[in-house]
Amino acid sequence: MLSTVVFWIAAALAVSGAIGVVATRNPVHTALSLVLTMLSLGVLFLLLHAEFLAVVEVLVYAGAVMVLFLFVVTLLMAGVKPPKEEHHLRLAYQTLIAGLFGLILFVLVLHSMTGAGWVGTLASPGAGSFGSIASFGTALFTRYLLPFELTAVVLLVAVIGVVVLGREQE
Amino acid sequence: MQDAIVILLLPALGSLIAAVLGKSIGRKATAYVTVGAMGAAFLWAFSVFWRLLQLPASQRSFDPVYWQWIQAGALNLHFGLLIDPLSTTFFLIVTFVGFLIHLYSVGYMHDDENFQRFFAYLNLFALAMLLLVGADNFVFLLVGWGGVGLASYLLIGFWHQRPSAVAAARKALVLNVAGDVGIMLAIFILVTTIGRLNYTGVFSHVSSLTAFQVELIAFLLYLGAAAKSAQFPLHVWLPDAMEGPTPVSALIHAATMVTAGVYLVARAYPIFHAAPVAAEWIAGIGAFTALFAATIAITQNDIKRVIAYSTVSQLGYMFLAAGIGAYAAGIFHLTMHAFFKALLFLAAGSVIHAVSGEQDMRKMGGLKKLLPITYWTMLIGAASNAGVPLFSGFFSKDEILGQALASGHFWLWLVGVVTAFFTALYIFRLIFLVFHGTYRGDGHPHESPKVMTIPLVVLAFGALFGGYLNVPGAWNVFDQWLAPVFARYPGGAIAAASAAPNWGAMALTAVVVLVGIYVAWLFFGRGEVRTELPEGVRGVHKVLYHKYYIDELGHAALIWTSDHLAIVLDLFDRVVMNGIVMGIAGLVKAWGEALAPLQDGFLRRYGLAVLIGGVAIVAYLTLVQ
Amino acid sequence: MVPIGDYLVLSAVLFVIGGVGVLVRRNPLQMFMAVELMWNAVNLTFVAFARQYLDMAGHIFVFLVITVAAAEVAIGLAIIVMVFRKREHVDVDDLSLMKG
Repeated sequence: MLSTVVFWIAAALAVSGAIGVVATRNPVHTALSLVLTMLSLGVLFLLLHAEFLAVVEVLVYAGAVMVLFLFVVTLLMAGVKPPKEEHHLRLAYQTLIAGLFGLILFVLVLHSMTGAGWVGTLASPGAGSFGSIASFGTALFTRYLLPFELTAVVLLVAVIGVVVLGREQE
Repeated sequence: MQDAIVILLLPALGSLIAAVLGKSIGRKATAYVTVGAMGAAFLWAFSVFWRLLQLPASQRSFDPVYWQWIQAGALNLHFGLLIDPLSTTFFLIVTFVGFLIHLYSVGYMHDDENFQRFFAYLNLFALAMLLLVGADNFVFLLVGWGGVGLASYLLIGFWHQRPSAVAAARKALVLNVAGDVGIMLAIFILVTTIGRLNYTGVFSHVSSLTAFQVELIAFLLYLGAAAKSAQFPLHVWLPDAMEGPTPVSALIHAATMVTAGVYLVARAYPIFHAAPVAAEWIAGIGAFTALFAATIAITQNDIKRVIAYSTVSQLGYMFLAAGIGAYAAGIFHLTMHAFFKALLFLAAGSVIHAVSGEQDMRKMGGLKKLLPITYWTMLIGAASNAGVPLFSGFFSKDEILGQALASGHFWLWLVGVVTAFFTALYIFRLIFLVFHGTYRGDGHPHESPKVMTIPLVVLAFGALFGGYLNVPGAWNVFDQWLAPVFARYPGGAIAAASAAPNWGAMALTAVVVLVGIYVAWLFFGRGEVRTELPEGVRGVHKVLYHKYYIDELGHAALIWTSDHLAIVLDLFDRVVMNGIVMGIAGLVKAWGEALAPLQDGFLRRYGLAVLIGGVAIVAYLTLVQ
Repeated sequence: MVPIGDYLVLSAVLFVIGGVGVLVRRNPLQMFMAVELMWNAVNLTFVAFARQYLDMAGHIFVFLVITVAAAEVAIGLAIIVMVFRKREHVDVDDLSLMKG
């Protein structure tokens, strides 16, 4: 009972955050909307017994990545005029078409979900220690060790890339 | 009879020596070699003939094989000779008349700087002709056939600096080759139906062909024969072929090559006997050609052209005979014709030589006293050509006419008789214009050297006395000599039996001939030559003089059509084909230009495209699967 | 208990909104944030399925997504800064470097 209520509140918040991302003018507002969505998502993760991931979502995603975003926003947008309002003729129908196709996509996904019988299915009975840090760690360092190592490489690449890109051009 | 091949080898060797060594050994030596080759070939042919005579008639057929080529199933292709009365007759004609003409040419081509080349070609021709008549299968017949066509081309265009000669040679070759196609097609059909190509094999299996097949083969073979033997409408090359030196005209276009067509029909008589439709056509076209050419001949002013059209006309007679099945009569006329026509051409050459190259008869005249030997021999030839009684041409022509009448071909006979009138007319017009009256030219006519007059005399003997081989009502030595050839397979019935002479018809013909001579004398023999024609005749004369405008027709039909066809095709190529190619290119270009604005660098558009694509994929996966 | 389907529908909604957002926004930073939104939607899907099948693979995957997203954000922002540093307007439509 409680979980249902929590779910719906979190869902509503997530959706409003998403709409905020798409609709707000000010980039700072956009970032904050996204943070709201992420926090809601964190709650939803908890409802789904993904304890570790919930924490990661909030700490890393909302806490580090979005902060980075905000840094760049303030760095870049300081003294920058808002974008021109003129609409290029070529992109006149961009919004319309994008919205249309978005809707189509949504319908398709729903259709496939219905066809697969997901809509309306109750969640399966939970297992005891599913989703705990322990089980996560076990999985990460045994079965999925290779991807884990690869992510290290990815991060290394990212660091190097950022350093290179951030240099002052001579 | 294995040695019969020597008859061919001698001119082959002569030609080779003249071609390769001619320039280095000089004219005299070349003349000795080539003329000697022909003479020796004649002697050898005569020995073959003699040996045949020693045997009983039914055994006079040999088939020596010299080289085995293809052997596949029933098809047995080899190089071999068929030695029988028919081929031997031709061997004798080709080598004897050929020898005389070679001899004559020594004098005629005396001043020509390409003397050796001429004799090389002459010997080459002899070789090809001997191969043609001697082969025992259709393939080597065709080889010889093409060979004489080639030699004809080389010799007509011998004076190749003259554009008219080159054009004439080309015309002859084109028409000849067109006929060759007919023979080739006939060979193809023979191979696919009967499966054999040697005479014995083919002729004994003619009965296994359907009527359509045999008629088709007959027509195709006739196509080749008609082209080679100048039957209407493929005759147009022969008068033009007079561009070649006169000995060439004598040898090739009178005595031998043009008769190859008659030989073919006679040799392949089992096929023609089984193809009555084709045979009727052959006879009909032959008769028509005879009359047609004779009417043209009475208007021509070039001495050689008159004789050329005479050849076409006489060939028509031979095909008439062949068409009605009187093969022996046709061959007999062919043999007599070889003598008197060669004689006429050589004598004409003598005349031309005497008046330093003039060929227009209107500028001749009064040469009787100045060129006595030429005059008398030519007169004999003319009388023979016209069919004056007791000359050889009379016997041979009348045998044909007699056979025509006896076998019920009344109209063919009638055409033959009318043609005889015109024949007498044109040939004696020639005699009167050239030899009688007073000299109208401006040269200094003189008699020709012995090397040229001796062949004339020899030929005159043949033209005078040759006819007595076949005297109607008395004996027919010639027919009997050829009989075994035509008795071998069904169809030679008429050939063998010599019809009982129809004295009335013969008398009629004789009268017609004499009337023709009289008319010629009326117009051309007395006093001044009339060069103006009476009013009413002028229109007709114009048509005849222009040879019924056949050449113009042909030119229009072929050249005009091909020119305009070329224009049409060019248009098609430039507009349609080019249009299609450029159109495709244009389409691609337009398509590209239409799509180019999509790549404008606007990121959001790219993103939208990605979305649309993604939606499409999802749609496919969810809906279709 | 909340049916799994609800989570999935929510995820789809978030994803589509994010997708449209990418195409509609002209500020590159906002565009990027919309992409982030899409990733989060996907993460939700993974977690939901992991819960349904009781398979940790889903969680691992989400972990990886978050990691890679972080790296990508770093690089992406660096590039955006580079490109738009000296411009007056920060507008994606001004870019035409990918033309042709």
